[in-house]
Amino acid sequence: MIHLQTPLTSDKLTNLKSGDQVLLSGTIYTGRDAAHARLVKLIDNNEELPFDIKDATIFYVGPTPTKPGEVFGSGGPTTSYRMDSFAPKLISLGLKTMIGKGDRSQEVKDAIVKYQGVYFGAIGGTGALIGNCVLSSTVIAFEDLGPEAIRRLEVKDMPLVVINDTYGNDQYQSGKKQYLEFKEKNKC
Amino acid sequence: MREIRCQDITATIAKLAQKAAVELPEDVSIALDRAIAAEDFPLAQETLKTIKHNNEIARTTCKPICQDTGMANVYITIGQEVAITGGSLKDAINKGVAQGYQDGYLRKSVVDDPLFDRKNTQDNTPALIYIDLVEGDEFKIVFAPKGFGSENMSKIKMLKPSEGVAGVRQFVEEVVTTASSNPCPPIVVGVGIGGSFDKVAYLAKQAMLRKIGSHHPDGRYAALEDELLEIVNATGIGPAGLGGKTTALGLNIETMPTHIAGLPVAVAICCHVSRHMEASL
Repeated sequence: MIHLQTPLTSDKLTNLKSGDQVLLSGTIYTGRDAAHARLVKLIDNNEELPFDIKDATIFYVGPTPTKPGEVFGSGGPTTSYRMDSFAPKLISLGLKTMIGKGDRSQEVKDAIVKYQGVYFGAIGGTGALIGNCVLSSTVIAFEDLGPEAIRRLEVKDMPLVVINDTYGNDQYQSGKKQYLEFKEKNKC
Repeated sequence: MREIRCQDITATIAKLAQKAAVELPEDVSIALDRAIAAEDFPLAQETLKTIKHNNEIARTTCKPICQDTGMANVYITIGQEVAITGGSLKDAINKGVAQGYQDGYLRKSVVDDPLFDRKNTQDNTPALIYIDLVEGDEFKIVFAPKGFGSENMSKIKMLKPSEGVAGVRQFVEEVVTTASSNPCPPIVVGVGIGGSFDKVAYLAKQAMLRKIGSHHPDGRYAALEDELLEIVNATGIGPAGLGGKTTALGLNIETMPTHIAGLPVAVAICCHVSRHMEASL
């Protein structure tokens, strides 16, 4: 298990290989469909983004409302391909890492390699467990979007798997192959 | 006539909504335990154990298993000797959904207009309501919140009758392979065969909600259920799409008569968080 602390700069990311299991701690930002559309609109209008995109980590999540006495609700990853049309632009401006689930488009994979970033997968459907890794949560933009607002999160030991690494590997492709080879080898 | 009060329907729906978000049906939990025991690929087994751990946290601390607490699918079976009193049935159901999602701190994920406005209705209504009118005086509610990560991966195809079993086999494999890591595997697959364009999707959902490990009463379809499950699990997609034996926890088929010119097939995909709770009044 690899422990990582934000900011996730390229020098830390080049040590990672697809399939590596990681525990992430530090500051990350939430954002999904509607927030991404607004971020890209701000960029197109030459307006300032609500957070520093350089070396930033975005977590694709729309959490449940926080109960009284709790820090954060349930918050696992949402499906990433819906952010694929926005991601390359953000990556070109400095976004280094993304956390979500499911395959990315070729354009996103190419941008990840070109700008030496990483796409992490969290296990979909484990929102209670991931929600408990959040130490603090502050809405910093688009509050009107409710669960889709952008939040700054402080997380500790958030469990992730490296899917797309800086070398162009893709765990969603290689995992299948690794399993089928494993099955063939262990045939009795 | 047996009378059932709207306020009791509302209260029951509100309770079911909250329970369904934090607690899985027994058959789904058992299927997950079996998968953990059978899975020999290390990363896959670890992933399944994490999923089980998450489910335990959810159940014991009442924190939703998944943040996508879904759109509310409400299946009502109502006997023709039942009279609903004190208001409209649909209003009673929607009131229950709104109350349950509010009281349970569940995510409100419904937008009013699908294309232009896409404004959140703020209370997770309207529910998707299905009413089945039967003989007698029963009144049963099945509450099934469905997330859209898996809903988006479900598909329908109007096959030619000549495509037969091979066509069904090929379509199921194609849907699961295309869905890949997106619908939060291990998935639960419901296959509808027959009926019409709209009925077959309903059948697929019913199949998806049927107990994992149960079988179609016709032995030929029961054998096809086992065969298709094997095909799905041979893809190697595995838990969370990271590779492994367990791509699906279960696969059920539901069928109905169809037209001489058609062979409708629908594949409904649910994530491993296959939530559904029921109650009778």
